[in-house]
Amino acid sequence: MEKHDGRDAGQARTGDPRDPWYDALASGWGELDGTGAPAPVVPPRAAPERSASAADIYLEVQRSAAFQEVRGRYRRFVVPGVAVFFTWYVAYVVAATTAPGLMARPVAGSVNVAMLAGLGQFLSTFLLTWAYARHARLRRDRAALDLRWAVFEQKREQDQKRIQEQREHDQRSEQELARGSER
Amino acid sequence: MTGDHQTLALLLFGVFVAVTLAITTWVSRNRHGSAEEFYAGGRLFSPMENGFAIAGDYMSAASFLGISGLIALFGYDGLLYSVGFLVAWLVVLFLVAELVRNCGRFTLADVVAARMKERPVRIAAGTSSVTVSVLYLVAQMVGAGSLVALLLGGTSGAAQAWTVIGVGALMVIYVSLGGMRATTWIQIVKAVLLMCGAIALTVLVLVRFHGDFDQLLRTAADRSGHGSQFLAPGLKYGGDWTSRLDFISLGLALVLGTAGLPHILSRFYTVPTARAARRSVVWSIGLIGSFYLMTIVLGFGAAAIVGSDAVRGSNAAGNTAVPLLALDLGGGADSTGGTVLFAIVAAIAFATILAVVAGITLASSASVAHDLYASLRRKHAKPRSEVAVARLAAAGIGVVAIGLGLLARDLNVAFLVGLAFAVAASANLPVLLYSLFWRNFTTRGAVWSVYGGLVPSLVLVVLSPVVSGGPSSLFPGMDFQYFPLENPGLVSIPLGFLAGWLGTVTSPESADEAKHAETEVRSLTGAGAV
Repeated sequence: MEKHDGRDAGQARTGDPRDPWYDALASGWGELDGTGAPAPVVPPRAAPERSASAADIYLEVQRSAAFQEVRGRYRRFVVPGVAVFFTWYVAYVVAATTAPGLMARPVAGSVNVAMLAGLGQFLSTFLLTWAYARHARLRRDRAALDLRWAVFEQKREQDQKRIQEQREHDQRSEQELARGSER
Repeated sequence: MTGDHQTLALLLFGVFVAVTLAITTWVSRNRHGSAEEFYAGGRLFSPMENGFAIAGDYMSAASFLGISGLIALFGYDGLLYSVGFLVAWLVVLFLVAELVRNCGRFTLADVVAARMKERPVRIAAGTSSVTVSVLYLVAQMVGAGSLVALLLGGTSGAAQAWTVIGVGALMVIYVSLGGMRATTWIQIVKAVLLMCGAIALTVLVLVRFHGDFDQLLRTAADRSGHGSQFLAPGLKYGGDWTSRLDFISLGLALVLGTAGLPHILSRFYTVPTARAARRSVVWSIGLIGSFYLMTIVLGFGAAAIVGSDAVRGSNAAGNTAVPLLALDLGGGADSTGGTVLFAIVAAIAFATILAVVAGITLASSASVAHDLYASLRRKHAKPRSEVAVARLAAAGIGVVAIGLGLLARDLNVAFLVGLAFAVAASANLPVLLYSLFWRNFTTRGAVWSVYGGLVPSLVLVVLSPVVSGGPSSLFPGMDFQYFPLENPGLVSIPLGFLAGWLGTVTSPESADEAKHAETEVRSLTGAGAV
């Protein structure tokens, strides 16, 4: 029964990447021990025998190809994006203060270059916002959620292994006790 | 202003205060008193709610009345301001919101302290956050005093003083009783009111000109007395090179400062995930952008309908342009429509000030309790719960803000807002970006970058014409003016970044690789986020 629950939760979380938070609450820290849930993107257990600390987990995830891909996607969008809007804004402010003559040139009716440039700033802000939200939603969210789970699971696994070892130890001593009493 | 305006405006103020107090009581009834609850409202706001709250936090009276007033007086140069205020949100969206949501808990210092030695970093970041908040707060309080006194016709000193005291007392009640949850709901109510008011006035202006924007611009230019110059940059920030450099400096501070404002940063913790933080910023960009587009119509509308001279005659800084416009659009000073619209605008302005002031107070009380008190408390002192300290801090900050607001009430305080942005951009942004993105960043670098931005920006202002050496400065009798610009950003922002770099490369310890890995993984994936 417990195993079944774990599987359901595992499928719910991988099936619905839209709302990571509720997944995190609902999943019950799903287990991956052969229940058929998809494998995480990170090959996490390079050295499963070693008892890794939390710091090791983060270092390992950071070096994984999956994380490098997420980081690369983020940076490949954000670095050029920031460069473009910052340059465009500084150029606009500098032009407004140093070249008012150019900015005052009329374009259509009483609308001049300055007015168009100002509205252009508004427009480019809206466009970049839309592009960033779309990029993040389509190209990053899913992978980031998978990685988040990979970290959760490794931590979980650590804890469980510790509990398991403790339990085995207890059981062994119990069994020995029981055997001793049978005899 | 006639008695009808005042009565109606006072009535609407009263309704708003009653509603917000009801919200506060209702919210504080079922609170749990945990830090999560007090600083972050339990982290359960939806992106749309938080987007409205961010917009409410950001659109202060300076935006609503100030920018449209500047446009009414100086035409295009007022618009330059609103562009800076809006573009700043791209910095927040691209570089800050999601990563901060994933890495931190309640304050700016949380993000930095995740990688560094906790104590020095918390003290530094806490100090700069409190400084920024108090500067911003005093500007709002003084603005509130003069504005409300002006709107109610009583320009006497007593009316201003009582307004400052009243606003301060209300904000202490909201924050210390209701915490983040009450503050957020007040922001949401205020943002909705503000948007409705702005939409109504914009529609009325456009109807007056039959939807012809070109004709609106032409009439505004004609009535301003400047002709086509009114529609191009240069009326306010033209002239000599000092004033031009000053404007570039201000522009930089506006764009980079928003991402370092403590009360904006703390808003990202009120939503459950980084994705929700991103979506709330998208909401707020939509709201703020459309609001600033409307202020352009309102500003030029005030110039065209009321006339620049009438605006200047009522208030030299242009702060009453929108109320005057409302009076005119409603049918003139003696009509019922005019009275009602004017009173509504006045009430919205008052709501704006109360909400913004409450938001800043909450953020600074979080810095005091969560960063400064926790780090500076003597080891064997009796431990108090952090939330209790935060409530006390809110009261203390309220008293300080009231005191400074009363002292500063006769001064021109527009520069205080610019200064708050400049300090935020020079002291808070470098340390935030370095600790999120720079692998080798160290504790010394973090501390140096905070003080390296904070101290120069404050010193440069003290040495600037704002404080001494001119007829309009704080101390007109003295002259220790050595720095020509009113806004320190152009110098102090690069200094903040430089100090962080210098501190890092001269640091004897090397950066902790594992902690950098943790910050990076957490910030981009949300693993381990609270």
